[in-house]
Amino acid sequence: MSRELIDIGYLVAAVCFILSLKLMNSPVSARRGNWVAMFGMAVALVVTMFSPSIQPANLAWIGAAVGVGAIGGFVSAKRVQMTAMPQMVALLNGLGGGAVALVALFEFLEADALGHHAASVQGITTVLSAIIGSISFSGSLIAFGKLQELLPGRPLTFKGQQVFNLLLLVVTLAMALAILAFGQATIPIFVGLVVASLVLGVSGVLPIGGADMPVVISLLNSFTGCAAGLAGFVLTNNALLIGGGLVGASGLILTLQMCTAMNRSLGNVLFGAVGSEVSAGGKAISGKQPKSYSPEDAAILLTNANTVVIVPGYGMAVAQAQHQTKELAGKLMGMGIDVKYAVHPVAGRMPGHMNVLLAEADVPYEQLFELEQINPLFPETDVVLVIGANDVVNPAARYDKTSPIFGMPILDVDKARTVIVSKRSMNPGFAGVDNELFLNDNTVMVFGNAKTSIAKISTALDTYA
Amino acid sequence: MNETLAALIPIVTVFILAVFVGLEVIAKVPQTLHTPLMSATNAIHGVILVGGLLVLGKAENLLMTIVGVSAVLFGTLNVVGGFVVTDRMLEMFRSRKGKKS
Repeated sequence: MSRELIDIGYLVAAVCFILSLKLMNSPVSARRGNWVAMFGMAVALVVTMFSPSIQPANLAWIGAAVGVGAIGGFVSAKRVQMTAMPQMVALLNGLGGGAVALVALFEFLEADALGHHAASVQGITTVLSAIIGSISFSGSLIAFGKLQELLPGRPLTFKGQQVFNLLLLVVTLAMALAILAFGQATIPIFVGLVVASLVLGVSGVLPIGGADMPVVISLLNSFTGCAAGLAGFVLTNNALLIGGGLVGASGLILTLQMCTAMNRSLGNVLFGAVGSEVSAGGKAISGKQPKSYSPEDAAILLTNANTVVIVPGYGMAVAQAQHQTKELAGKLMGMGIDVKYAVHPVAGRMPGHMNVLLAEADVPYEQLFELEQINPLFPETDVVLVIGANDVVNPAARYDKTSPIFGMPILDVDKARTVIVSKRSMNPGFAGVDNELFLNDNTVMVFGNAKTSIAKISTALDTYA
Repeated sequence: MNETLAALIPIVTVFILAVFVGLEVIAKVPQTLHTPLMSATNAIHGVILVGGLLVLGKAENLLMTIVGVSAVLFGTLNVVGGFVVTDRMLEMFRSRKGKKS
């Protein structure tokens, strides 16, 4: 196939990618959008196989690597639980970053073997994509570890960490310059560069609290896109240039939107180490004990209500309680009680996380309310049922300037007449901040796994109905 | 240098325009679709697999082959896993009336 035909194939792929993102503007066409992107990707991959630079001797290797990757990717993506999606995306993003770094490494090996001078556009972009790809790889793996709870979710910090990171960045850039200046026979420096970038990814993400991982994943997603685009410079490849550029830009926009939803700056998320000291914010909560209710008592509260708002959070996600929640809501509506769901933009561990789970349980869109719509309704709400949400309903965000989450828009559930909180324990939420809501006079706690608690409340409703 | 520059300009043009299209197209996505969108763009940057295929295709020694095979393996996992995961998320929005948000 001629170079021109291959480029036309890449053009088709690029148009598909753009169309796909456009179709993803609406829930109705989003799935089609994903298919369009798949088609574009298939076209790009197929025409690539006709490239004259691919030697027949290497086809077996390509077949083997693609075969193993495709089966592995398909099976794991089919098996992963819906609740584990955030870490799955983190892992896949890390693999993408790793792939970029490996492509850069190959290009460097080849340029070195051919005796090319590295101080060219090719050289600069190779080095840059190696750095960014490596950071994205190791950073994503740390994010994965935190979300999978292989690593502690709280920020891991040590004294002088920011200075250390800054030094590391300087060293990395110095090595990059050294490679560009000397050009040849610098494989040890290149390996050093990759290692330094990997360490930078690790030490950059470790001090960020688990609750901020979505922002980190989104940013690293953007990084991988940029790195892939830079690899497009190296290989003079339009598919990489356009695909990478699109993702680099979109990832950045998405990242900033997530920060806006939390009323924080990107700098604060990355360097603020929010959640490191539990006592840092919030009023010192005196020896007051929370009111603990049995699921049966909670059921009585619900049956006496006219209006109920359900606030799902990460606890519902981990416990996979979305189906029980929907069942409970169905029974309440059967009693003529008005039921709404309040979805906080950053509830769960990804924007839209709750929407996905509630959609899985077939909760109608009409019952889902966003922050701005539902907040004015809380003072007239009889009972709010909080299922495993914590930081997004913490009243301290409204007034306590010392609280790490101060300024984040929250659901004003404390303004409702009664609040029932289903929660495993009194432990602080993912952001590591205490929540006075749990000690309020109009709050009752139902301790236990969300799935069990909600199912028990639901069963109890049958008795009292 | 002039030749290098001449070759570079179309590449830079394509890249910069792609960035602007990315900024424009994304700004309109509703909150509900942010997770699937992140997942879809994650799959799209798997286009680095094209780069992986190209480099593995020209591998000449064992080291290059190892690096190339790893790149292709990682890239394939990214593409296939990314699209399947996105499809699973979006499947849940099927047969529903779109809500303005």
